[in-house]
Amino acid sequence: MSKRNPVYDFTWCPGCGDFGVKRAIESALVERSATLSESIENSAIVAGIGCSGNLVHLQEGPQPFGIHGIHGRTLPIAYGLKSSRPDLNVLIVSGDGDFLSIGAEHIGPQAKRNLDVTVIVMDNGVYGLTKGQASPTTELEVVTSTTPYGKLDDQMSPLETYLAAGVGWLASSISTQVKALQQLVVEAMAHPGFSVIHVQSPCTTYNDTYAALKGNPKEGIEPLAYPVPEHHDPTDLLSAYGLAKGGRIPIGMVYQRPDSVPSHTRLEEARERTGATQKTVDELFTAMVI
Amino acid sequence: MAPLSAPAKAASMSKNLVVRFAGEGGQGVVGGSEILAAAAAQVGYHVLTFSTFPSQIKGGPAWGQARISTDEILESGDELDVLVALNRYAYDHNVEELSENGVVVYNSEEFEVDEGGRAIGLPADQMARDSGNPRAANMVVIGAVAQLADFPLAYLETFVTKRFTRGRPGDAKIIEGNIAALHMGAEEAAKTGFSLEALDAAVPSPDERVLIKGFEAAGLGAIAAGLDSFIGYPISPATTMLTYMEENLHGDGKFVGQSSSEIESIAALVGAGFSGRKAMTSTAGPGLSLMGEGLGLAWMAEIPLVVVDVQRGGPATGLPTKTEQSDLLMAINPGHGDMSVPVIAPGTIEEAFWGTIEAVNWSERYQGPVIMLSEASIAERQQDIVKPDLSQVRAENRVVADGSTGNERYIGDGVAPFPVPGGPGAYIANGSEHDEQGDTTHLPEVHVTQTHRRFKKLELLANGSFEAEQTGASVAIMPWGGSKGSTRGAYLELTAGGEDLAWYYTMYLNPLPSKLLDELRGKNLVIVPELNYLGQLSQVLRAQGVNAHSVTQYTGLPFKVQDLRDRLAEEIRTRSGKLATV
Repeated sequence: MSKRNPVYDFTWCPGCGDFGVKRAIESALVERSATLSESIENSAIVAGIGCSGNLVHLQEGPQPFGIHGIHGRTLPIAYGLKSSRPDLNVLIVSGDGDFLSIGAEHIGPQAKRNLDVTVIVMDNGVYGLTKGQASPTTELEVVTSTTPYGKLDDQMSPLETYLAAGVGWLASSISTQVKALQQLVVEAMAHPGFSVIHVQSPCTTYNDTYAALKGNPKEGIEPLAYPVPEHHDPTDLLSAYGLAKGGRIPIGMVYQRPDSVPSHTRLEEARERTGATQKTVDELFTAMVI
Repeated sequence: MAPLSAPAKAASMSKNLVVRFAGEGGQGVVGGSEILAAAAAQVGYHVLTFSTFPSQIKGGPAWGQARISTDEILESGDELDVLVALNRYAYDHNVEELSENGVVVYNSEEFEVDEGGRAIGLPADQMARDSGNPRAANMVVIGAVAQLADFPLAYLETFVTKRFTRGRPGDAKIIEGNIAALHMGAEEAAKTGFSLEALDAAVPSPDERVLIKGFEAAGLGAIAAGLDSFIGYPISPATTMLTYMEENLHGDGKFVGQSSSEIESIAALVGAGFSGRKAMTSTAGPGLSLMGEGLGLAWMAEIPLVVVDVQRGGPATGLPTKTEQSDLLMAINPGHGDMSVPVIAPGTIEEAFWGTIEAVNWSERYQGPVIMLSEASIAERQQDIVKPDLSQVRAENRVVADGSTGNERYIGDGVAPFPVPGGPGAYIANGSEHDEQGDTTHLPEVHVTQTHRRFKKLELLANGSFEAEQTGASVAIMPWGGSKGSTRGAYLELTAGGEDLAWYYTMYLNPLPSKLLDELRGKNLVIVPELNYLGQLSQVLRAQGVNAHSVTQYTGLPFKVQDLRDRLAEEIRTRSGKLATV
């Protein structure tokens, strides 16, 4: 709600990758709204804590609902929100610290429930908002304010983590490719089930990886990011693992489970199957009458 | 809240029967007491059960107690008329609570009671096998107890038939075996010639009565209040409410789920409450500890939700299956920063029903989190109560934004219209300090304004009802929660003995009813019986200008009436000797 808020006191650094993600989300929401003739207020963005989560306050144009909660708990909030209101379109914006460190325990349960929400993780490989501490995706041996000897923990491989947790729809993206990211967000929102878009979103202040991601042929630097090969079959889980374990960063569709029944549909079907219906309070008391 | 009627005088054997089944976890001692209570309730007696058992699937010392009476009862009784001891440990550790004329029924396959006296040895397991149902040892014992109390076996037969008619192929055989076991037990007991004074005949109540447990009453309260979403994580002694909701809340727009942790539960409730729905969880102390930050978010972002905390012994893992009242301070201040979470603590089964409705109503009215502070002894208690008059149920709904407030959510000097996703008024529900539309801002004047708004809303809750008797007395007794029953018994004995004492009670502990606080401030002394070490409610009362002092107990068990009576008398003497006479 940046345009209408005169006292807002947060902004991103110039060149922050999150600007591209914000534009992609704004356009994707407008596109969805137009395609489905659905009001923008039917969407809600659940934001984590960190630079990434502050995106919810910087959204321009038509405004969705937002909830800016506590550190690491975007997924649990979305679990209650979407389960209570399956009619809403729920989007999550989070970062590598919020989602993969303090919040990592929540990925598995939502993936296994197949909660019908879309997660956009902005990975800058560092805790930016708190000024440059190591995150799970910071590389081994990198010196940060909390790793004076160089980072001692192995770098996490997010794509592998998601696949192992059971994420059924997974894409990898980069914040500079706004149009492609917008398309992924639209597709992820349309997917009936749990979807994750992991976005490389560099921090120009503490971990500027633009050059490493793009590479520099003149200086002989091979780009870290590369397009997912055309022959990759995203419905093939083993092949998706191969991409995730490849060492470099594939950009594109990584995995899409062939069957996807979201949690709220599972519940509806189970109720139909078992014939569970609501009794009135009077009926429930009457069943206990002595 | 109407004052409770007097409990039957203890030791009047003809009106009261207290039976304790003691043994190991897994031997059905809790089930035994509940079956006896249920059968007695069916013929018109008033019943109340209490149980205590270890935190393991099988083994460890456990007992279940049933009190059966011709009068209304509020606690499970001090002295035992019958002690059923299934092993030596159970006998040794419970026999001193036997009344003068009490009888022991023991498992003679396990041990022998050598001092003679009023003891009946039954080879219950062998007798159960002989009955054709090896699992009917409990029934052998219940048959013996019924014989001792001159309780017609026909009542029990009817009950057994009803309980085991489950539409399964083996029903008839199970029923037959259980009935045979009842008779075998009764015949053995008859041979001894022992008897208790016969219970007076039950006087069937003109009202429709239900036999209900505390967690069921709370669950029904939640449903009656219009609850939409219930999300919980298994934890003793709160799991029973989760399973009750799983089994009983269905239908369009309703959701019940098992979460992966209490951290997930509370965050999910925030999401559910934000979505416009009425949301609740049940947990115990360790879970409430984990919910601290999420409750702060609900307070800060002004999201209605209810947490039912079924208190157990703490801290840490503590005493998972025992009863205690030691979470009050945490319930009021469950997380960091300035907040004061509304707390309602039921003291009876009826209050578990009405209090849960009120907890949901409070959360909707002031738009924030509410804690329903139950406890093991209330949640697991089984009791007969008059079926609540459902025409009195009033379910409140939050004031919803209609678009006229634009994108401004956090406005005015108190409760503001709540924008529901899908409708007008998109805003950010923000746990960071925020401006009117929920955008983060940490300017000093904004924090001051919003903090005032959040606390101002509590004034909407300060008009709760309370019980007050003999209000002219300068010394008052004021229990809370599950200590209400025992305290009532002790209070009535003290006043009958000539003590001039006021009685106050409310289930609305935060904010306390403002009129009640005014009255309490005028007392020379307010004594608070409570099951914790710190004396938590008296701390809360002292902080609000009341000269309150606690009488505490922290054994994992409820107060006994006689003990409490003596301790209250002592407290009155030592703290205000010149004011009170004994």
